[in-house]
Amino acid sequence: MTPEEVKHHIKTYIIVFVALACLTIVTVAISYLDIGVKAGISLGLLVATVKASLVACYFMHLIDEKTTIYWTLIATAVAFLILIFLPIGTMSAQVRIY
Amino acid sequence: MSEGHHKQSFWTKYIWSTDHKVIGIQYGITALVWLLFGFVLIAIMRYQIAYPGTPIPLIGSLLGPDGALPPETYNSMGAMHGTIMIFLGVVPLAFGAFGNYFVPLQIGAIDMAFPKLNAASYWMYFLGSVIMVIGFFVPGGAANSGWTSYPPLSNIATMGQTVWLWGMVMLITSSLLGSVNILATVIQLRADGMTWMKLPIFVWTQFITAFLLLLAFPPLEAAGVLQLMDRLAGTSFFMPSGLVVSGGGVYAGGGSPLLWQHLFWFLAHPEVYVLILPAFGIVTEVIANNTRKPIKGYRSLVYAMIFLGFMSFIVWAHHMYLTGMGTTIGAFFQTTTMIISIPSVVILTALLLSLWGGSIRFNTPMLFALGFLPMFGIGGLTGLPLGLAASDIHLHDTYYVIGHFHYVVAPGTIFALFAGIYYWFPKITGKRTNETLGKLHFYFSFIFMNGVFMPMFIQGLAGLSRRMNDGGETYAHAAGVIHLNEFMTISAWLLGVAQLFFIVNMIISLRSEKTGESNPWGATTIDWTDTTSPPLGHGNFEKVPTVYRGPYEYSVPNQKNDFLPQSQKG
Amino acid sequence: MDIPFNVKERPDTGLYNGKLGIWLFLASEVMLFGGLFSAYIFLRTGVDNWPAGTEYLNVPLATLNTLFLISSSVTMVMSWASLKLNDFKKFKLYSGVTLLFAFGFLVIKYFEYTAKFSHHYYPSTNNFLGIYFTMTGLHVLHVLGGIIVIGYFFGPGSKMWNTDPERFTNRIEIVGLYWHFVDLVWIFLFPVLYLL
Repeated sequence: MTPEEVKHHIKTYIIVFVALACLTIVTVAISYLDIGVKAGISLGLLVATVKASLVACYFMHLIDEKTTIYWTLIATAVAFLILIFLPIGTMSAQVRIY
Repeated sequence: MSEGHHKQSFWTKYIWSTDHKVIGIQYGITALVWLLFGFVLIAIMRYQIAYPGTPIPLIGSLLGPDGALPPETYNSMGAMHGTIMIFLGVVPLAFGAFGNYFVPLQIGAIDMAFPKLNAASYWMYFLGSVIMVIGFFVPGGAANSGWTSYPPLSNIATMGQTVWLWGMVMLITSSLLGSVNILATVIQLRADGMTWMKLPIFVWTQFITAFLLLLAFPPLEAAGVLQLMDRLAGTSFFMPSGLVVSGGGVYAGGGSPLLWQHLFWFLAHPEVYVLILPAFGIVTEVIANNTRKPIKGYRSLVYAMIFLGFMSFIVWAHHMYLTGMGTTIGAFFQTTTMIISIPSVVILTALLLSLWGGSIRFNTPMLFALGFLPMFGIGGLTGLPLGLAASDIHLHDTYYVIGHFHYVVAPGTIFALFAGIYYWFPKITGKRTNETLGKLHFYFSFIFMNGVFMPMFIQGLAGLSRRMNDGGETYAHAAGVIHLNEFMTISAWLLGVAQLFFIVNMIISLRSEKTGESNPWGATTIDWTDTTSPPLGHGNFEKVPTVYRGPYEYSVPNQKNDFLPQSQKG
Repeated sequence: MDIPFNVKERPDTGLYNGKLGIWLFLASEVMLFGGLFSAYIFLRTGVDNWPAGTEYLNVPLATLNTLFLISSSVTMVMSWASLKLNDFKKFKLYSGVTLLFAFGFLVIKYFEYTAKFSHHYYPSTNNFLGIYFTMTGLHVLHVLGGIIVIGYFFGPGSKMWNTDPERFTNRIEIVGLYWHFVDLVWIFLFPVLYLL
């Protein structure tokens, strides 16, 4: 990367930092609203995902990373989603006694 | 970094070495020792199964007050037999030893991508394995809740379970670091011309295995952390509410034993493909070399293995059919389980078809590779009634399961690993093994493997449960099949005796003279053609080769030899 | 002979070895924390009454901690950018500030934990606290690991700038990727444990 490109990146880092700080305040603020559990969880995770995407895309330079890295992360994302959703999927028929 | 032919001390050259070949041998020797130890455990247990309540000869006084195995000791040996064979034996040998030694050589690399990390991986494995075995010496003995460590039993088990968990954390970390190394090495360090579709199948299998380990192991590490918290900090992650534990133990409750099962099997199912993939790789190399023919269906093999790897992540709950998950999700896992049998069939078919029309050389490695094929076939086919939920209701937790998985791993993977040892022995040492001893090793092992494991299907179908320390003496379902226990036990001991042929062969062969040949089998892959036997200590290759063709160009028309090396120009 | 592509990128993948290595390692870390998040979901959906974070936890303090980590992330990437611009002094400055924010995070966590214990809130009290202590505890261990490595490159390891600047810059990039991941985990931990 040339020095000019780096300086341009630095501008991006500052913008992302401000965005992250604002989103942190936003997510805390939302938690004080009375919107019900489902909406609360959805919004909270949505904001967290946006923040995480900013960190990943700009601080971790994922936005212009190489194909090999993308494929590794896609495979990881698939495995992660399987791990999160399938176990509770098996509990849908359960009668909870506790 | 300077090249420096500096004089290395014994310690830097052989102990703290960062050379992938030395590390491969370290993994190999350690793993073989643990395999032997795991075998001794089951040999003792099988005495008790055949002769319940009878004192064990010679060492009985060390094991129990009246010489017979107390039930807890039997359980400890059973849990540790499984754990040791899988995590201390087969995977370190198949992946740590063969992977480390031969992946760099087969792709034309001078070492792994991260040599120091490689050394760290080995020593973590060594330390973790020692910690595991120390479990036998703590109060209460080693872990005794099965290699599967299901809570609530494992939560309240004796200290040995905590030791098991710490050992697993170290072993898993070692595996993860090893996987990073293999993946980075294969992606980044292939020599010029070594494109993905020119890779030997052995390298493909190691690559896919590494991906499985990388993504599947961490959830078990998470589960281990959670169980350590349960046992050491009194949490209730796996303890349901309302459980009464004799001898105290107050738990807040609200936890779920099924959570452990999900996290455990999320790893343990891909783990079985970790056990078989390197075996497929080794068998492919040996078959191509000893039929003097290209492998049939190279691309099919590659795509089948990739598909297998992906599918392995979505079948795990077939180990949990009896946990009440409901028919819908049960049907989902049954479907994926049936689908995953397809790539295995593709792979086995490709290997079988590769024999057709070949000039087969029946040397020791080839015998083991050929023996692998029907044995893996039996193992795979017997998995089908287990994968179908309806029949699994009857067969789950019976000896049928034990027969199924032993067929795949014992006369399956372990035969393939022996094939690999006999095949690559000349490359590692520059010497030859004794063919007579090798053949005796094979034939007797083949016979006695079947003697031990075939009757297990009969016992399981009759309903004999697994993990019974008296072999089913007091169990009604066992009445008609219990007589088989003695036959199986004697087969097991004779199987053990048959390994002496291997041990003696290794000793006399290591002490024999070097032959000076670098490619005695006439192989095409660059691990054979471009290195000395053994390969150079620093950098493997006199000159790093360029690759011009695929890995199995045997019997190419209009050629001088019946094999055309990958690195030969023109 | 040296291992190729340790510093210069391999042409067809466009990567140097260490960068691929750290991303692979981070993939495994995603699955490690994923296992714990899966456990959280499993445990929470398994009971009727799951306490709100505010019942036990200090949201303002954790918000400050979040800002600490986000700030440390930006100073970390700035330290790498400084090296790219050949400014070693700036690298040291940003690296040092990163360490300060990281220490700040640990200090706040120390106060949080000791406050819990003084109220007799332990991991064994209930599963909410159990999973809170376990997940944040594992995260703290990762923060500690990061501090050790960043500290090493801030201190004795920085000598490499004089002998092999490109390789040193790559190492800082790799450390930065790890550190951003630690920040990423907290970005999810914070709302899940404290707010939802």
